[in-house]
Amino acid sequence: MQKKKLGIFSFTCCEGCTVVFIELLNNHFFDYKNRFDFVSFRQLKSNNKTGKMDFAIIEGAISTASEKKKLLEIRKKAKKIIAIGSCACTGAPSNQRNNFRPEIKKEIEKQVKALRQLKTIEPLKKYVKVDILLNGCPVNITQLEKAMEGL
Amino acid sequence: MHKGNFNISLKNISKIEGHTHMDIAVKNNEAVSVKLKISENKRFYRDAVKGMGYKAAPMHLARICGTCSPAHMSCVCEAVERAMNIRISEQSRALRELLLLGNIIRDHGMHLYFFCLPDIFGVDSVLDFDKKKDNLIHNALHVKEAGNMLCNAVGGRAVHPPFANVGGFNELPSKENVREALKELKEARQYALDFIDTFFVKDMSFKRDTNFVALCGKGFSYIDGVIKTSSGKVIEEEDYREHLEKVIIPYSNASAFEFEFKEFMVGALARLNLNKDELEKSTRKDCSRYLKVFPSNDIFHNNLAQAISVVNAIDKSVKMLESMDFKKEKIPEAKLGKANVGVGVIEAPRGTLYHMIGVDAKGIVNRSEVIIPTSQNVIHLEKSMVDFVNAMLSKGISKEKISMNVERLIRAYDPCMSCATHFLKINWK
Repeated sequence: MQKKKLGIFSFTCCEGCTVVFIELLNNHFFDYKNRFDFVSFRQLKSNNKTGKMDFAIIEGAISTASEKKKLLEIRKKAKKIIAIGSCACTGAPSNQRNNFRPEIKKEIEKQVKALRQLKTIEPLKKYVKVDILLNGCPVNITQLEKAMEGL
Repeated sequence: MHKGNFNISLKNISKIEGHTHMDIAVKNNEAVSVKLKISENKRFYRDAVKGMGYKAAPMHLARICGTCSPAHMSCVCEAVERAMNIRISEQSRALRELLLLGNIIRDHGMHLYFFCLPDIFGVDSVLDFDKKKDNLIHNALHVKEAGNMLCNAVGGRAVHPPFANVGGFNELPSKENVREALKELKEARQYALDFIDTFFVKDMSFKRDTNFVALCGKGFSYIDGVIKTSSGKVIEEEDYREHLEKVIIPYSNASAFEFEFKEFMVGALARLNLNKDELEKSTRKDCSRYLKVFPSNDIFHNNLAQAISVVNAIDKSVKMLESMDFKKEKIPEAKLGKANVGVGVIEAPRGTLYHMIGVDAKGIVNRSEVIIPTSQNVIHLEKSMVDFVNAMLSKGISKEKISMNVERLIRAYDPCMSCATHFLKINWK
């Protein structure tokens, strides 16, 4: 059987959800390695590509124009997008500055501009269709394990 | 031979924690500048925590980083407790130590087996090993899982542990989880021990006179002790900040730190160089051959130090779990009524971590400062890289090989860029 192409991507977040995935590998490393061809997984390999893939697992919220561009590119290439964790699903807590009080917003305004961040930090679904949402901070390991079985 | 002028640009450096790039400029066959660039996905945690109640601060600030979240959590709790005059029990202190030991096993495990092991065997990724290495991978996964189970038992979860809290632990480890974690830890010990030799690499070496800095405690504690330096200083936790000088790095929009106006290094290598006599007796006995290496000023020995620290964390957590009988306790209450400041200093997997929390009379957070290990190591890393590249240039090593070795040295420092995005600061011109 041909391996399914899987990409793991990380946007603005603490990367805790990828760490949960890496902990999941403790018991599923050989199984996943047999079933999937990891086309992108920056924590585990260089030579990462955003080519055609069956599944894209994405953690993190979108905070910059370059992240938005990359997300749109992934959407074009991936048959299914799986958003993992609260930042990817809801934006929070990486999007916390969206809701700062006006005086704190003013204080950080210059930094936001200098970092070339977008006006607001948003979840994936703001920009693209997301096929599966696995919420939680971090993503629940049992739910992620179940979702992996179904891919 | 190289032409005299070129640039080495490493984009999206892989097999480290978080996003980063590095630019190296070579002129007349000599490296003239090395710039580690931190990406722009800052999340404004320090601003967000202002106005929160003191109890909410730790779990919020722990979201700075997924992989070292138990370390951030414990450090902020310590800072809040000192600001609010809360004294935690001996049992809570032991649980916090156990949580950090679990974090050490799984975080060093991830770095050593998933990020560094491919370099040693000349493959790109842990996913690229052929069947002959299945056993080795199996052993690595076993050690990582032992750390994961210890974190699950004590913290309720490996990432953002829900049991840990200001004043103590919301829940105690169940007997069943402790039994399972103990079994896994004992089985993993021999594997962790066997791995030490793998990380005692002979093909890479980079020696540099260095001032190492670490919190040094009895029994190799990751929570309590005094800060020691290889230059001979002994500093109390609350005075640590006075010795650190903030340096703005314009090209990465980041601030880094010097210790008494000079670069320095924190992390597993610093801890072993300064405190190896406090390792568990069983660890010292079984690792004696490798412990002779320390104190060492070879940066690549940071990996060796991590491999030894994994064995020590297993030995210490097994000893603690076997001797403890956890009893339900009341979590001590804070004394409100006075504005105050508290400092927490602990040893995170990548080195000394500092959190300062200021509270008003009602216990509302009004100040926060975080100094993470990577921001303390970054100046040392960049200066090392200049010398490291020049040594390779003088030997006529190819640009491709230099790029590969540069990545290996970056990985030896084990930087955490998820944490580092937090220390982004703008240099206003």
